[in-house]
This record gives sequence, structure tokens and C-alpha cells, in this order.
Amino acid sequence: MIIVSRFQPPPKTGATAEFEYEGASITAPQGISLAAALLAHSGAYTRQTAGGDARAAFCMMGVCFECLVEVDGVPNTQACMTQVRQGMVVKRQIGLRRLNGCNDS
Amino acid sequence: MSAAITAADGGLRVLLLDEQAQPGGQIYRNVGARLATHSWLGKDYASGLRLLDALAQSGATVQFGATVWRVDSGSRVVWSQNGISQVTTASHILLASGAQERPVPFPGWTLPGVMTAGAAQILMKTAGMLPKDAVLAGSGPLLYLVAAQMIDAGCPPKALVETQTPHMMLRALPHLPKALLSAGTLLKGLGLIGKIRAAGTRRYKCASSFAATSDDSGMINFSFRSKGRLENLTCAVLLTHQGVIPSTHISHAAGITHEWNAAQVAFQPSCDIWGATDRPGLHVAGDGAGIGGAEAACAAGTLAALGILRASGNISADTRNQRATTARATLFRTRAIRPFLDAAYAPPAEILSPPDQTIICRCEDVTARAIRQGMSEGAAGHRQIKTSLRAGMGPCQGRMCDSTVRGILSAGKTSRMGDIAPPRARTPIKPITLGEMAALTTHSEDTA
Repeated sequence: MIIVSRFQPPPKTGATAEFEYEGASITAPQGISLAAALLAHSGAYTRQTAGGDARAAFCMMGVCFECLVEVDGVPNTQACMTQVRQGMVVKRQIGLRRLNGCNDS
Repeated sequence: MSAAITAADGGLRVLLLDEQAQPGGQIYRNVGARLATHSWLGKDYASGLRLLDALAQSGATVQFGATVWRVDSGSRVVWSQNGISQVTTASHILLASGAQERPVPFPGWTLPGVMTAGAAQILMKTAGMLPKDAVLAGSGPLLYLVAAQMIDAGCPPKALVETQTPHMMLRALPHLPKALLSAGTLLKGLGLIGKIRAAGTRRYKCASSFAATSDDSGMINFSFRSKGRLENLTCAVLLTHQGVIPSTHISHAAGITHEWNAAQVAFQPSCDIWGATDRPGLHVAGDGAGIGGAEAACAAGTLAALGILRASGNISADTRNQRATTARATLFRTRAIRPFLDAAYAPPAEILSPPDQTIICRCEDVTARAIRQGMSEGAAGHRQIKTSLRAGMGPCQGRMCDSTVRGILSAGKTSRMGDIAPPRARTPIKPITLGEMAALTTHSEDTA
């Protein structure tokens, strides 16, 4: 079942950024955080803990680390500390991050 | 910001490292964007523009998206920006780490859609976003401020669920005469409550026993007791608040001695009137040094900069004292209301020491039951709970659970909490990759 956004759509600021999230294309106003854009898109979870618990953004100020997502291949990224950017590819973080076996590049 | 402005005006070379993308901290977050929707947020928020303009003209160098992850007395900071870390040395370092929300744990607080009242305010400030269907629950001035801002935005909360009891108000009354020195602030608070009354927002008083569940649609079912009756509310967003506490992770990691503030039920760094700590060259100011609000933070920043100017030999003690007069008066006036507010909006015991099924460490999924079990098995202190159960070892490094573990260890009795030393705060105080640390060389050292 689709979980609709818990928030009203953000006012348009003019410039927009289009990015990909879990296969869907999201258009968000430039200047807002990725966490805000994800909250505007859907009320569903954006990550699962190691134990499978569903979580989403909580504090919006970088303190709680609940908004962790994978951005352009880099996991453990705080969505609330990341601005939306044209073309970014965002995925939910399911469980702990995987180590790729080599340095992040 | 005020410290940077005063220090730069006084002739010092100033580097301001701000983790956020724009200046303003959390209170004046994004005020510089001058969004049309900022009109909902009130005059106090708008007044932050003055600081931003003064900072821009001060000559201080400002770096944004700059996360300080290590502070050493002597003094130097190690900071990360765009995935690259560097070391900057300085004669003096001022930590203005601000405040965070006091964690408000209860069964179901980790569900998507349960957020802090501050988070809703940040969404208003940074994106002009409003919740569709929100309940505000807890206690404290910010609860009323966010409710009033939502009302002004044409999106009133569905209900206010308030944990304040008449007993708390009675304990606060002896502090009311002193609080009258901050009459302006008191009147503002009454104005907020008046606005909420005029909007007809449903208020549930003497609330307790918070619990949240959600169904397949994602809607939150919030149950609680109010004046003895069991109540249920359905909402899309549940916004909780029980006051704010100093963000002390960085000051702890820097080795600064902390003291227990019994009235505020929180630890804060020990410092003198100028913000100087027991670590040479390290200073603190603002809510990170003790909750006082925006005006107090601004005044404390000015005093810290004056103290640093004196310590640097730029001004004499007499000049420092003369220039400090206004700021000291502001600090005295704004602090006068704190004992009243701290007592009137005290966090209830069941938030400080929640029911067994409550997740306490959100990062590592550790419940209150597991912690109490650990205590009965011999884990007597906070550090032992941390190392045996992993509570506090996740990415937030205890920011969301230290207060509650302390609360459980003291069975909710605030008189015992100050004796429970928090576990060591270790650097990096925000996660940094090994690769980024390895790339740090002495060639990256720079002097502020």
C-alpha cells in the first residue's frame, strides 16, 4: 500500500531539481534538503535498521542519524544535511551499509 | 555569529566553521533565504537577519558545510568539508554547539511520522512545508511557539497534548517574581497561548502514558491519558517536545569538565562569565553552554569574544568590562526567566525513564527492558551499559539515548542523575571515513 506524504507540498521557489528515488522520479524545489524532499514525496520509511525496523527522518538537524540514505552510491548519508541536486540517485538504506571491499572512490 | 562579529571587529583573525549550509544555527535557520513563508514565523525569527548582515560585513572568514570532528586544547580543530579533512590551529577556539531536543522516548516513538516539534519548525523554515494533520505533544515554550506558527500559516495542529501538571506550575510559582525581569518574554508566551485559545485548538492537559502505533496506511494512532481518561488520536504527524538540552558531545570530547544543571536536568560545560573553560584556549557560549535562548546566546557570544580579545592582549580588562555592560545586562535579564520555565515545563519521570518496551537507543535498537535487565545483571554504570549493550555506540554516538540511559540508571529521579558520569565522548564526534582520516597530512595544517 502506498503511504502518502504526511506533509503538504512545499511552495515552489522557481528553480527545481529532478532526482531519482527508488526508481521514481521526484521534482523538488531547489534549496531544500533531501530529507524534506523525501518527506514531501511519501510518508513511508526511508531506511531500515539492522534489525529490520522501519525509520524515517526524525530531527531534521543532523543529530539523530535516522534519515540515512544512499546518495549516488555513497551510503550512510544524512538526507537532512544534503541538499537536493539535479540528477542525484537516492536509495533507501536497508540495514547496515555494505563495505564494498575497497576504498570509496 | 555574535562572537565572530565582536572578535573580528576587535581585530582578531576569525574563522567560523558551520556544519549547516547557511548561517543562522537552528533558531535563525535559513532566515537569509528570505522566503515568503517566513512571515508565519514571527518577528523574533526575522530579527536574525541583522546578525547575518553583520557577520557578512565583519571580515570573519566563514566556511559552511564544515563539520568539526575533533577539538584539541592548545588549540586546534580538525574539520571536514566535501569529504576532505584539514587541521586548523588557533590561539583560541569558541565552541557554540547550540542545543538539541531532549529525547522524548515512548512506545512507538521510532515510527515514521513521529518527529520532534523542532523538526517541523525546521521544515517550515527551510522548505515552507507544513504537516497535513499534526498533533503536538509534550511540554515547553517551543510546543506553543510551533503551534502558533502553524496557526499563522493556516495549518493549525489537530490538538495539543500537554504533559504539564498543576504540581509543576506550583513548583514554578516561587520563581515567578524573578521571571518578571523577563516580562517581555513572559508576555510573548502568554500571547502564544492566547493565539492557540483563539484558534480553538483542542488541548488535552495533564497528559501521560504516550504510545504510538501505525497501520498499513501509515497513519499514526496516538494513545495517552489525560486527566485520568484514556484518549486516542489519529494523525499523519506526531510532533513531540520536552524542552531542549545543550549539545555537549563536542565539548565532552574536547576534554572540558562538565557540571550537572539540576533545574534543566542536563549536563553543561563548566565555564566562567566569559565562557572560558578549564581547558586552555577553549571557550563555550550559547545554548551549548547552558539553555538560555537566542537573546542570551547572542549576549554570551559577545562576552566570549570580549574575553578572548582580553586574553589575546588586544584589549585591557577595563575595556573588556566596559564593553561587556550591555551583554551582561541582557544575560542577567534573559536568565531570570529560566528557573520559572525549567520548573513549569519539567520533563515527566516516565519520559526520563520510560516503560520496558520503549526503544531507548534508536541506532542499535536497545530497549528499556534490555537496559534494566543489564542493570540487574551487574552493569552498574553508564559506561558498562554502553559497552555491554551497545546503547550509545551507533552513529548518533549517544545524542539520542545518553539522557534516557542516565534516566533509567537513576530510575527517573533527577536528584541522582548528576552523579552518573556520562561515558567518554570520543573523536571523531561525527562519522568520518578512514580514507578521509588517512588523507590528513601535516601539510594540511593551516593557522586561523
